[in-house]
Amino acid sequence: MTDSAFPVATPERWHRRHLLAIEPLSREEILTVLDVAAAMKEVSQRDVKKVPALRGKTIVLLFFEPSTRTRTSFEIAAKRLSADTVSFTVSGSSVAKGETFLDTVRNIQAMAPDAVVVRHRSAGAPHFITDYIDACVINAGDGSHEHPTQALLDAMTVRERLGRLDGLKVAIIGDILYSRVARSNVFLWHKMGSEVWLCGPPTLLPPVFRQWPVRVTYRIEEALEGADVVMVLRLQLERHGSLRFPSVREYFQRYGLTRERLKYAKEGVLIMHPGPMNRGVEIESEVADGPYSVILDQVANGIAVRMAVLYLLLC
Amino acid sequence: MRVIMTAEAMGRTLSRMAHEIAEKFPGELAQAVMIGIRTRGLPLAHRLQGLLRGVTGMTLPVGVLDITLYRDDLTQIGPAPLVRKTELPFRVTDRPVFLVDDVLFTGRTVRAALDELVDYGRPRTVRLFVLIDRDHRELPIQADVVGQFVATELDEIVHVLLRETDGRDSVVVTRRTEPLNLEALE
Repeated sequence: MTDSAFPVATPERWHRRHLLAIEPLSREEILTVLDVAAAMKEVSQRDVKKVPALRGKTIVLLFFEPSTRTRTSFEIAAKRLSADTVSFTVSGSSVAKGETFLDTVRNIQAMAPDAVVVRHRSAGAPHFITDYIDACVINAGDGSHEHPTQALLDAMTVRERLGRLDGLKVAIIGDILYSRVARSNVFLWHKMGSEVWLCGPPTLLPPVFRQWPVRVTYRIEEALEGADVVMVLRLQLERHGSLRFPSVREYFQRYGLTRERLKYAKEGVLIMHPGPMNRGVEIESEVADGPYSVILDQVANGIAVRMAVLYLLLC
Repeated sequence: MRVIMTAEAMGRTLSRMAHEIAEKFPGELAQAVMIGIRTRGLPLAHRLQGLLRGVTGMTLPVGVLDITLYRDDLTQIGPAPLVRKTELPFRVTDRPVFLVDDVLFTGRTVRAALDELVDYGRPRTVRLFVLIDRDHRELPIQADVVGQFVATELDEIVHVLLRETDGRDSVVVTRRTEPLNLEALE
């Protein structure tokens, strides 16, 4: 933190009880999370990777959608802060037996957890829960709305590598339509003073996106031109089958991130992907494993950001 | 408001502390590491490091401990305090550790620091050096070297001001309700 341009929060305490979205956060609040996350990252590098800050707290991981990495990341984050975690996933729960969402939530409330981490296929589900539960609620992805901790870990990775969050060109490529990762990132980078470019086939990037504070293009070369950061999104085949583009092969030919196309981007560009990644669909293996890829940094920083969020909400 | 220590007195006090450390722990100096407790323990650790170099010719490595995540009142004090990095660029196992802080009060900060320290390893010994001991301990913890003992009331605050963090060196005591008037120090 010696570089004076390196953006840090001015000392300010955190007052929110829930983390539902990036949209309502201030620039200062985002920087506060990133500063605390930087301290949390050091905890993960110790021999004893555990601090007592959340001893005696119970955190329920309420996942109505399959997720391995986000749930594991939250679980590790909670455990490194000494909290107890309980996983409640839809396949193993009574929701599969016909219980309504609200009844599930009331049951969780009766167990008096201190925080609930929610993933749900419907936008607004985490916000809905806050009316029925006393615990802190953290959105771990709600439909195609937001995935705030993903955008925060992306910002942490960029700040670590480039030492700044403003004045950057951030290109988000691919399956924008249903992407909560794209939405959270658009809000975050706009607040930080960077320019976001969205790029994908028109069927996955309809004109409505032009109402956002972004630049829209259907040509990947234009999106990559001079980009500091390139975020490649996973093609969510399970959401739209093959209705929105002729074939996976054609998608890769038009929008896949290849070594050849990377030459348009800035020297030292950061290549990011929220995972899970489809090699040869949205990204070429050589790029995913190449020198500009920070994809595994993102995973490591995910734990630090989630520790920071849990700490700030629960303490 | 009362001034406990002027800049000049602080210089003398720290110099005396360095001599006292060298005298009390001659066998530990060669292996010892200095660890400042955030925030003001760190600049004090750096100053003692320089003074000890003058006295003994040895330069002890300096690290910093942020004890926030180990506080016993984390969930009672309201909004979460910001956490900064703990940075120990050395191993502590089997080495003497010289902990440095500005004020020793209830002893709870030192308790947290000891807990954090043992998560990094098993120090051979841990010594505690503080600039001000203001009494009112709530735990059985004492310092090995004290700059100055100051009798205080419970509703008083001891402000240690340092060049590095506050632009000036001095120690001032105020009532909890009384604002710290820096102009009055000129």
